[in-house]
Amino acid sequence: MQTQSPFPWKQVVSAGLIGGGVAVLLSLVGIVTAFNERYIVSGLFTMGQVLFLAPALLFANSTIRRIAPQPAPKIILAGAISGLSSAVVLAILTILGNLINLRIMFVNSSPELFEMLTFGQEYTAGILILLGLGLLLGGITGGVFLLPSKIRNAVVQAAIWILMIGLLRDMIVTVSYRWGPLAAVIKYFFAVSGLTLTGTIILSLLIGGLYYWRSGKTKPSVPSAQQTPLKRLLTLAGAAAVLLLLPPVLGTYFSEILDNVGMYILMGLGLNIVVGFAGLLDLGYVAFFAIGAYTMGVLTSPELGFYNMTYWEALPFALIACVVSGAILGLPVLKMRGDYLAIVTLGFGEIVRLLALSDWLRPWLGGTQGIQRIAQPRIGPYLLESQQELYYMFLVGIGIVAFIAWRLKDSRIGRAWMALREDEDVAVAMGINHVGTKLLAFATGALFSGLAGTIFAAKLTSVYPHSMNFLVSINVLSLIIIGGMGSIPGVFVGALVLIGSPELLREFAEFRYLAYGALLVVMMLTRPEGLWPEERRRLELHEVTDPALAAISKSKAEIESPQKAG
Amino acid sequence: MAVLLVKGVTKRFSGLEALSKIDLEVQEKSIHSIIGPNGAGKTTLFNCITGFYTPEEGGILLDGKNITALSPDRVTKLGISRTYQNIRLFKNMTSVENILVGMHPHLKSGLIGGIVHDPATRREEQKAVEEAKRLLQFVGLRGKGDMMSKNLSYGDQRRLEIARALASRPKVLLLDEPTAGMNPSETQEMVHFIRQLRDELKITIALIEHQMRVVMSISDMITVLDFGVKIAEGTSLQIQKNPKVIEAYLGRGAASGLGENTSQAAVPA
Repeated sequence: MQTQSPFPWKQVVSAGLIGGGVAVLLSLVGIVTAFNERYIVSGLFTMGQVLFLAPALLFANSTIRRIAPQPAPKIILAGAISGLSSAVVLAILTILGNLINLRIMFVNSSPELFEMLTFGQEYTAGILILLGLGLLLGGITGGVFLLPSKIRNAVVQAAIWILMIGLLRDMIVTVSYRWGPLAAVIKYFFAVSGLTLTGTIILSLLIGGLYYWRSGKTKPSVPSAQQTPLKRLLTLAGAAAVLLLLPPVLGTYFSEILDNVGMYILMGLGLNIVVGFAGLLDLGYVAFFAIGAYTMGVLTSPELGFYNMTYWEALPFALIACVVSGAILGLPVLKMRGDYLAIVTLGFGEIVRLLALSDWLRPWLGGTQGIQRIAQPRIGPYLLESQQELYYMFLVGIGIVAFIAWRLKDSRIGRAWMALREDEDVAVAMGINHVGTKLLAFATGALFSGLAGTIFAAKLTSVYPHSMNFLVSINVLSLIIIGGMGSIPGVFVGALVLIGSPELLREFAEFRYLAYGALLVVMMLTRPEGLWPEERRRLELHEVTDPALAAISKSKAEIESPQKAG
Repeated sequence: MAVLLVKGVTKRFSGLEALSKIDLEVQEKSIHSIIGPNGAGKTTLFNCITGFYTPEEGGILLDGKNITALSPDRVTKLGISRTYQNIRLFKNMTSVENILVGMHPHLKSGLIGGIVHDPATRREEQKAVEEAKRLLQFVGLRGKGDMMSKNLSYGDQRRLEIARALASRPKVLLLDEPTAGMNPSETQEMVHFIRQLRDELKITIALIEHQMRVVMSISDMITVLDFGVKIAEGTSLQIQKNPKVIEAYLGRGAASGLGENTSQAAVPA
C-alpha cells in the first residue's frame, strides 16, 4: 500500500527551512519592515507580513507538489510541517534578536521588525503565534492543494489578485478619483490602506467565481484565437483608444511613470535588435542615449549659445549623430565576440559619460552642470511640455520603432542578424557580409536609443552626465532578458515589470536592485526564455499573409492587448 | 573543364605546414573526393577554398576567376558553398529560415525594403519562401519547414545543411563528411542523394569522406592527402592499386581489405 511508504521528513523539513531562510533574508534586508505600513486587507494583514509568510507558503507548496501522489492527511501534514519549519527559523531569529543586539551587523533588525514577527504580542505569546501560524498556513496550503484543480485555480488566482489590488490601492483610488459615480463604488472597497474586509470578500468571490466559470469553458474559446479581421480591427482600435486616453485619465504622477516605461521600451526595442536579434552583447548602450540627449541639448539650448534650433530641427542631427556613433563603436569591435565585446562596449559607455562629465569639454557639454533649457517639441501652436503631453511623443516614437523592429525581424536583414547570432562563421560562409550586417545592427540600435535620449532631454529640458549611468544599460539589458531575448512584445512586458511596477510602490524603490537580482536568478532557473518568448514565424504550412496571429495562443493574446500596441 | 582549380596552395599555422603545394583540379559536374587520414589537411583545404583561411602561397580559381584572398561571403556569392563535418545549422531558426539565410546572397531587399514592404520586396520574399519549400521537398524534408532545426533528427539535419548550401545556388558544393555518424542504410541513402544532386542539379561536388565504400562507389576522381601533401590522384581503381595510398592511408597489409570493401559497395550502387 502507498500509505505504508515512509513520510518524507527530510524533504519536507529542509524545504521549510529554506523557506524560513528566505523569510529571514527578506526580514534582515528591511523589505519586510518597509512594507509594514501597507495593508493588503485593512486591519487584517500587511504586505510586510505577506513577505515573511509567503516564502513558507511557497516552499510548502513546492514540497507538496514534489511528493504529490499521497493520501490527503499526509499532504496536509507535509504542508503543516514545512510551514512550521519555516516559522521555526523565523522564531529563532526573533529569539536571537531578543538575546543579542543584531543591529550591529544587520541594521534592519529593528525593534519594529521583531514587533512584526511577534505580531505585536508579548514575546513568548508572539513566538507561539508565529509557530502556530506557520503550522496553520502550511496546513492550508496542503488543503488548497487537495481541492479539485478548478477550485484550486480559482482560489489561488483570487489570492494573487487580492494581493495585487491591495498593493495597488493608492493607484486605483487616485486614478478612480476622476471617474465620478464609479469612484464611490471603488471607495467602498478600499480603506485608508489596502482593501476593506467586505471589499476583499466581494472581490475574492468575484475573481474566484470568474476563474471558476472561465475554466469550465476553456475549450470553446480556443478557435477564437483566429480572429476575424473586423474583430481584430476593433481590438486594435480599443487598444489605441485606451493608450491615447491614458494620460488624462491617470493624471500627472502616473503619466510620469508611463513616460519612464516608454523611454525604457524605446531603448529596449533598440537594444533588442543589437542583443536579441544580432546577439551582440552591448553593455554600453546608455552611450547612445547620452549622445542623443546631449546632441539635442547642444543644438537647442540657448544657454550654451551655439545653435538655437527647435526640437524638430535638431532631431535629425541627433539621430544622425547616434547612427554614426553606433557605427564608430561597431568598427573596432567587429571581430570581438561574447565577453570581449561586452567589456569593450562597457568601456565605450563609460567613456561617453566621462567625456560629458569632463572639464575639458565643459564649454561644449556643460560638465557636471549639464545643459539646461533644452527645447521641447512644438506641434503647430501646441508646445509639448508636461509629462502627459510628452507621453504622446513616446507613444508615437514607440509605435514607429516597434513597427520597424517588427518588420526588420522577419526581413532578409533580420535573418542575417539571427544567423550571425547563431553562428557567425557559418553565417559568413552563407554569404552574409558580417561587417555591414553588424554595423547595421549597432546603428539601428543606437538610433532607437538616441530617439529615447532626445525625448528624455526634452522632457526634463536638461541633461546631466549622471543620468547617463551604467545602470541604465543594465536596466535595459535586464528588461530584455526578463521579457525574452529577441522578442518584441517581451520588451514591453519587461519594461512594465522592471520599470513600471517598482514605481507604483514607493517602498519598493530601495529594494529595486535586490528584486532585480532575485527576479533574474529565478527567471534564469525557471523560465530562461523570458516572460514572453520570441515566437517563430510559420512559413511552410501556414499562409504567409497572417502568420504571427495564428501562432499566438489565446491566453497570450489576452496579456497582449493592453501592451502590444503601446 | 576544371571548374575549380587549386594551384600550389600552401597554408601554415605558426610554422606548421598544414597544406604544402596542393594542386587540385575539380572537373565540372564531377564528384571529386578528398580522402586522407586524420589531420591530413582535408578540412583546411576546404577552409582555404571557401575563403575562411587565406593560403600563404598559391592560388585558387573558380571558373578562371581568382578567389584566393576573397572573404568567405564573397566566395559564396561567386558560387562555392559548403557543409560542415559537425553539423552547423542555425539551431534556433526553423528549417525554412535556415534555407532563406542560404539564399541571402541572391536576395536584394535591404533595410528600407524590409521596413516598408514594397511590392518588390514582398514578391521577392514570397518567391524565396516558395523556393525554400521546393528545396525542402527536394532534400526530403517536406512538412518539416517550420520545425526548429535543432529539433530535427540527425539525418534530417545533414539534409537541411545541404539544402541550405544549395540555396546559394553554388557551382561547386563542398561536403565535409556528409555520412559521418550515419548507419549503413542512411549512408546508402546519402550516397544516392549526392548522386542525385549532381545529376539533377548539374552541380560539381567535392567531398571529404572517410567511409571507403562511399568514396569508391561515387567518386569520379579521388585525391589523397597525407600530412598536407598530395600523395595520389586518380579514379577509384587507380587509387585502390596505388601502393603509396595503401601504405599511408590504410597501413601495411590492408590492401586486400580495401579490395573487399569496394566490391561490396559496388553491388548496391
